[in-house]
Amino acid sequence: MIGIMILLVYIAIFVLSFLAVRFLARKTTRDFTSLKTVTFGDESAVNSNRFASIVSVLTIFLIWGSFTGSAWVPGFLHAPAPFVGDTSFTYTLETADGQRDDATVYVRVADFGQESENFEVDQGEGIAKNDAVAMNASRSSTILFDRNDEVTRKDGARVAAIDGVDIGPGTEIRTDAGRFALTDKGAITFSPPSGLQMEPIWLPPPEDVVARMAEIATDGYRDSTLWQHLGYSLFRVIAGFLLGALLGIPLGYAMGLSDWFRGWFEPIVEFMRPVPPLALIPLVIIWFGIGETGKIILLFLASLWIMAIAARAGVSGVNISKVHAAYSLGASKFQIMRHVIMPNSLPEIFTGARVAMGVCWGTVVAAELVAASEGAGMMIMVASKFQLTDIVLMGIILIGVIGFGIDILMRKVENVLVPWKGRS
Amino acid sequence: MTGLSIENISMRFDLPNGSSVQALKDVSLHLNEGELMSVLGPSGCGKTTLLNIVAGFLAPTDGTVVMNGHNVTGPDAERGMVFQQGALFEWMDVRSNVSFGPRMKGQKEADWGAQVDRLLDVTGLNDFKDKAIYELSGGMQQRVALARCLANDPDVILMDEPLGALDALTREKMQGLVLRLWKETGKTIILITHSVEEALLLGERLLVMAPRPGRIHKEYKLPFADMGVGADLREVKNADGYAETREEILGMIWNMEEEIMGRSETEQ
Repeated sequence: MIGIMILLVYIAIFVLSFLAVRFLARKTTRDFTSLKTVTFGDESAVNSNRFASIVSVLTIFLIWGSFTGSAWVPGFLHAPAPFVGDTSFTYTLETADGQRDDATVYVRVADFGQESENFEVDQGEGIAKNDAVAMNASRSSTILFDRNDEVTRKDGARVAAIDGVDIGPGTEIRTDAGRFALTDKGAITFSPPSGLQMEPIWLPPPEDVVARMAEIATDGYRDSTLWQHLGYSLFRVIAGFLLGALLGIPLGYAMGLSDWFRGWFEPIVEFMRPVPPLALIPLVIIWFGIGETGKIILLFLASLWIMAIAARAGVSGVNISKVHAAYSLGASKFQIMRHVIMPNSLPEIFTGARVAMGVCWGTVVAAELVAASEGAGMMIMVASKFQLTDIVLMGIILIGVIGFGIDILMRKVENVLVPWKGRS
Repeated sequence: MTGLSIENISMRFDLPNGSSVQALKDVSLHLNEGELMSVLGPSGCGKTTLLNIVAGFLAPTDGTVVMNGHNVTGPDAERGMVFQQGALFEWMDVRSNVSFGPRMKGQKEADWGAQVDRLLDVTGLNDFKDKAIYELSGGMQQRVALARCLANDPDVILMDEPLGALDALTREKMQGLVLRLWKETGKTIILITHSVEEALLLGERLLVMAPRPGRIHKEYKLPFADMGVGADLREVKNADGYAETREEILGMIWNMEEEIMGRSETEQ
């Protein structure tokens, strides 16, 4: 239900912002692209629209904030909040011999995350006595109304109506106070309006996540600060990747240049390549334990095959004319290796390195989820056991941001080191 | 004996399915120093195979290539090669590409700098010497390839359709440049081309090859290359005998192509 609502809101923002930008763009810009007649189907003419990206990210935060009652989102954009505060309803008790009496139940609903405190009320006159109930927002409460009544359910009494509306077993009624039903044994189940907002233990508002991040950044979590956790993960990735590249690239070159090497290593590489690194975690833990060695070896294995295959593809992809040209210019085999084959394979190696870094980053988090004493994955795993959803969310966001940052960094390095990529 | 001798070259390629293709059969010819020979022929006549054998990239099934008295056993700096395209090193700028040969020999910039700069000047690349290869047009890239080959000072230059990928106008200018450089440097050149006009204009000698198996069909000695040095190539095309020779060769190649097509149609 909430899911469908969120989807509809999302689609509405998508369509409306698209129309708005189209309308504004038509009024203000007159560039060359808009004059082209045939751009549909020309993939190269499709650039990501910056404005759409910004609105997209804002929309996610808007929906997040709106359905968590965030202070960062203006109140009128909030989804309906659950009822919080004091309310009351009247129930009509009917005894076995047909006597009726009304009594009031006072309900105090505490906000998310706050303790509900019991309180006292005046019990009033008659056979039915007033009750006081404390409960939490968005929850139901089973009210044993007859604890203090003169005639109880054991004596054959039952609830005949609530706020003047008849109620019986199996019927559910709604009044201004909320929803009511009777349990099998005749007790009242009361649910005040729960609204559409998420409870913080399922989804905390963005400001809570940020506050938690600030707290962990300074005070730390599980004996390490945030930066230490992330630093450990990054260190493992970089160490594992560098080892993998250090061995994988020469291996790939050897496989690209010698039939013996290719024949020898091809079964191993082709077998290991489709094995997901995650499947190696149990074996690595058995062999090397849960310390740094095991993790670095796991990441080394994750990147080794990718780098070997990339380097092999780089060697195989050399235009034979380049090698022939170098030969007829008098280059030796070693010089051809150094000045033709190696630089020629750089674009492929960089593509492989980007893939390998992505795989390593994913693998390290998974390995830390399984067993680690520090690291981004360990942080969210431990937090999830204590239902600290804000730490889990913060961890996921940081893992995503770092993975994205790694890829951008690799692309920048690639642009500097192999500017000819895709342009020859 | 100086010059380049191709003696009874045959080349057979064994195919994976057990059959074999006779790419060249008993090809012999001799080039004196400083001769420019263009080679024409329908596709599949073994032009490129012949060039690769002379360059030393392929070992012939039979026969030998003799260069200045010694047998060719592999690629060597004495036989430079200019490819159609894609043979430049994108990771080096223009000047580093041109100076590749001397640098691989271990020469210092003091040894090759002046010669490389002169070649960059001759080929009109002086303003582009620090540019990356992918920033150049197709014509400029071929000029780099030409300069790179010349900077290595080979005795023989082998050209495998060096101008094939260029537009008509650029191509004509490059033909003039090839002729000029040939006269200036006195190099022996073998030029493979698909264009009858190009073969006529540039070839002092013109070799027409026939396919299946690849063999020499006919050889011409032509005056047009000498006329063309430093002159307007379009005027050469009006010279006596040019049009007749062109028609004769075109007809010859046309008949060969016709025969191939007919044969493959009946084979199916």
